[in-house]
Amino acid sequence: MIGHEGWQKNFCPSFMAFFIWVKMMQVKKIFLRTNRPAVLGFLFLSLLGTFFFCIQCGSCKIEFSMVVKTISSHVGFFPEISSIPRIMHTIVWNIRLPRTVLAILVGVCLSTSGAVFQGCFKNPLVEPYILGISSGAAFGAALGIVFPSFFMSVQLLAFIFGFMAVGITYSMARVRGKTPTVTLVLAGIITGSIFGSLVGIIKYTAQDTALREIVFWLMGGFYYAGWRDVTMLFPIAMIGFIIIWISGWKINILSMGDQEARSLGVSPEKNKFMLISLATMMTAAAVSCVGIIAWVGLMIPHSARMITEPDHRMVIPVSALLGAIYLIVCDTIARTLTNAEIPIGIITSLVGAPYLFYLVRSKGQRMFGG
Amino acid sequence: MLSVNNICFAYNNTKVLDEISFHLGKGELCGLFGPNGSGKTTLFKCCLKFIRPDRGSVRFNGRDIKKFKTREMAKQVAYVPQTHQPPFPFTVKEMVLMGRTPHLNRFYLPGNRDKKLMEQAMEMINISHLADEPYDILSGGQQQMVLIARALAQNTDLILLDEPTSALDFKNQVIIWKALRRIADQGISILACSHDPNHVAWFCDTTVVLGNSGLIANGDPDRVLCQDLMDKIYENTCLVRDLEDMKMIVPKGLNRHRAQIIDFPITGTS
Repeated sequence: MIGHEGWQKNFCPSFMAFFIWVKMMQVKKIFLRTNRPAVLGFLFLSLLGTFFFCIQCGSCKIEFSMVVKTISSHVGFFPEISSIPRIMHTIVWNIRLPRTVLAILVGVCLSTSGAVFQGCFKNPLVEPYILGISSGAAFGAALGIVFPSFFMSVQLLAFIFGFMAVGITYSMARVRGKTPTVTLVLAGIITGSIFGSLVGIIKYTAQDTALREIVFWLMGGFYYAGWRDVTMLFPIAMIGFIIIWISGWKINILSMGDQEARSLGVSPEKNKFMLISLATMMTAAAVSCVGIIAWVGLMIPHSARMITEPDHRMVIPVSALLGAIYLIVCDTIARTLTNAEIPIGIITSLVGAPYLFYLVRSKGQRMFGG
Repeated sequence: MLSVNNICFAYNNTKVLDEISFHLGKGELCGLFGPNGSGKTTLFKCCLKFIRPDRGSVRFNGRDIKKFKTREMAKQVAYVPQTHQPPFPFTVKEMVLMGRTPHLNRFYLPGNRDKKLMEQAMEMINISHLADEPYDILSGGQQQMVLIARALAQNTDLILLDEPTSALDFKNQVIIWKALRRIADQGISILACSHDPNHVAWFCDTTVVLGNSGLIANGDPDRVLCQDLMDKIYENTCLVRDLEDMKMIVPKGLNRHRAQIIDFPITGTS
């Protein structure tokens, strides 16, 4: 195995480059405020670069040209499939490509919905799991693992219960046609703890193998990623992302508070409900595919806001791109750092926490004034 | 323009507003004032459709506001809240541009016309130099000016202000009220609630006075703000004085310690 060496050769420099680049973006903030398409284009190219780079990495190092050839032969540009070794098809097309694409989609889902939740709740410290999606989904997944009754039952149950948890939270918080933020967050905590203890019961009674699987699921990871997950998540992620991006200006208005939003002609009840449902759908879909991945939804919208500007028409696409880059980098670390695979939730927290700490300290108190 | 007819509102059986009626004409600057707990904020919320009155109606240009949708309402009435910290550091430009929201198309993309109106609104109350500053680090007076500019950019016939000067120093209070005066002179009606009867006396065309028992007086501040009314709402704590051609409401029974003032070293020259 050349996994360990590969890590040192590829990742230390590339990771350093990522952080230096983010730092550079902060310095060029003035430029960013004025030239939005350039920023988005630059980030998109960075995503493409990282994407190809990460497919190359792994226990079997593959040349860049081979990656491009294999992918293009499948997409149908050069129908010279015979010239490519079978093993390349397996590794690139069947294993690494779906996994990387899935990481991109999950990154888009989690960070976009994080940005939506932070905007709607007027609070930069909120994450997409605040309304109890994670514990609901965890309960669904645990049920599916212990009672594997039908095809894809784990994913399906996780999705259903994740969505259900948010439904319970929302209906609990609804008083006389209004849903005050504090009540909503409190209801989220209540729902979370109920489902949390239900998961506890299942864990307590589960067999050893099932328990191990539940624990792995809770930490999140892309181990079983395949094209099936990609085709399931792709439409949800893209439709959700586009609608939310279009609503960017509305999120700006909503972040001013319910009364001001109403006086500016944006109905808070209707729009919040729409945005929160979309964000919940995206999060639940992502969680049901890959388990609970912490930190991305909290940290990425934050960094997007800090390195560009607070206007959500910019925060949303920048979050989506940064989230995608961040997750594929973290996933590549997770599968190349050691010979065995590390759950990605561990990597995202370990890498993300110090970075966010650094951002918050270097930017002073301003991000939290409010 | 705005007419409030027999509005009643109660929070859990406690009557807050009882049969309140008044009328506000075009280009009038109206001061709404009264002691704490007299229902100023509740009345405001009724006028803005944030809450629905139990009885009575609010009409705007002859149309009941119940029939307005949120967006239509925002095209007619702008609201200036008290200054507050927004959760994200938007720039002044962005804050003012938010006032254009009810006029934007489906995709909420502000166009050149919106940007022009935003600039005009900022010029009108002299805050153009702040355009690129982050809103959240401005002083309280500047923040209030930005919120007023936002209401102007909204391009409505009526602006409602919730205690616009309550957190400001004397200079800023005067600047804000003078700005409101200028706006009203251009034909926009303004309803502002205030805790300071002096502001109402100095700057407003008309006034609505709420007491604990409902609407007490309504009309020209010169006529309305008399000793009787002050005694009634502030329970014998004020005196109404005439200072040249201005009214001045001052505290009653205040002993000025002359000796101390003369002893104070800085005032020695006078």
